[in-house]
Amino acid sequence: MLLLVIWLIREGRLREKYALLWLFTSCIIIAMAVSRHALETMAIAVGIYYPPSLLFLLGLLFLLLVNIGYGTSISRLSESNHRLVQELALLKKNLEDLKKTEEKTNRTD
Amino acid sequence: MKALVIVPAYNEGNNLEFVLADLEGYSADVLVVNDGSMDATEEVARRLGVACVSHPVNLGIGGAVQTGLIYALRNGYDYAIQFDGDGQHQANQIGKLVTPVEQGAADLVIGVRTLEEGYKCGVSRKIGSVFFCFLIRCLTGKQVADPTAGFRCYGPHALRLFSLDYPDDYPEVESIITASRNNLIITEVPVIMRQRQSGHSSINRRKSAYYMLKVSLAMCVDAMRGKINWKEV
Repeated sequence: MLLLVIWLIREGRLREKYALLWLFTSCIIIAMAVSRHALETMAIAVGIYYPPSLLFLLGLLFLLLVNIGYGTSISRLSESNHRLVQELALLKKNLEDLKKTEEKTNRTD
Repeated sequence: MKALVIVPAYNEGNNLEFVLADLEGYSADVLVVNDGSMDATEEVARRLGVACVSHPVNLGIGGAVQTGLIYALRNGYDYAIQFDGDGQHQANQIGKLVTPVEQGAADLVIGVRTLEEGYKCGVSRKIGSVFFCFLIRCLTGKQVADPTAGFRCYGPHALRLFSLDYPDDYPEVESIITASRNNLIITEVPVIMRQRQSGHSSINRRKSAYYMLKVSLAMCVDAMRGKINWKEV
């Protein structure tokens, strides 16, 4: 996963803002895989008897939060898209009107 | 006062000619907002020599109306009339809508269907309408007869407010909340409407449940939001 993230960044297909999040996540997953001990101590500390279920819980919460984040990003993007479409349409109209008046003045000259 | 008639049109190539011919009888500038249509809507408007603004992609009726409102604001119009491109609205009824705005008695005038001409609407629409009336009364304390009506006149204040904030799809009901939250005066005027000429309404039964849920949520959220500072624009 770490390699995939690095490759996506290199290809310019992942913005740094998101890249940072996923790089961080990859590192955590690697750390968890390497040291089972850390996970076990954490699970016992919060009173979970079966350590992997802590992993699932954290993973689930993480995915939920990331998804809400994407939802807000998409909403923001669609709002700016909305404004841009309107502005573009109005500018196109302005340009046409300008061309028409220009043609008229050229003809009268 | 200078008025602009906004005709939002999405794939209304078949109806548009009829609608624009009808509007010729009313002496005001007309603007067709082509909301990313796949048919000849834009060509029809151009052929008839009517001003036309074209969205490159479809935004929904709310986006189209808002584009018209922004256009009106930027080109020095005092008020705007929303006149649907499907042929349901009649140009000879515009006068009734405009009078309260010209007198300065209202900021938003909504044309309500009267039953004189035997207007029929589906049961699901009626249920929705009653439900929305109830919700509007709960949220704003105002009594409206037909919150889904799309035949409207926007006064100078409404022009400013809605050019900043107008909902995308199914905007009619939600915009009443926005207007009343920002202390605009809303008036209803009875008007006579036709049945649809051709094409289908954007609301069908399968979608209407989703529509009601979505609009209800949007209305509640809208009611919770603060006032918009539209006077400074």
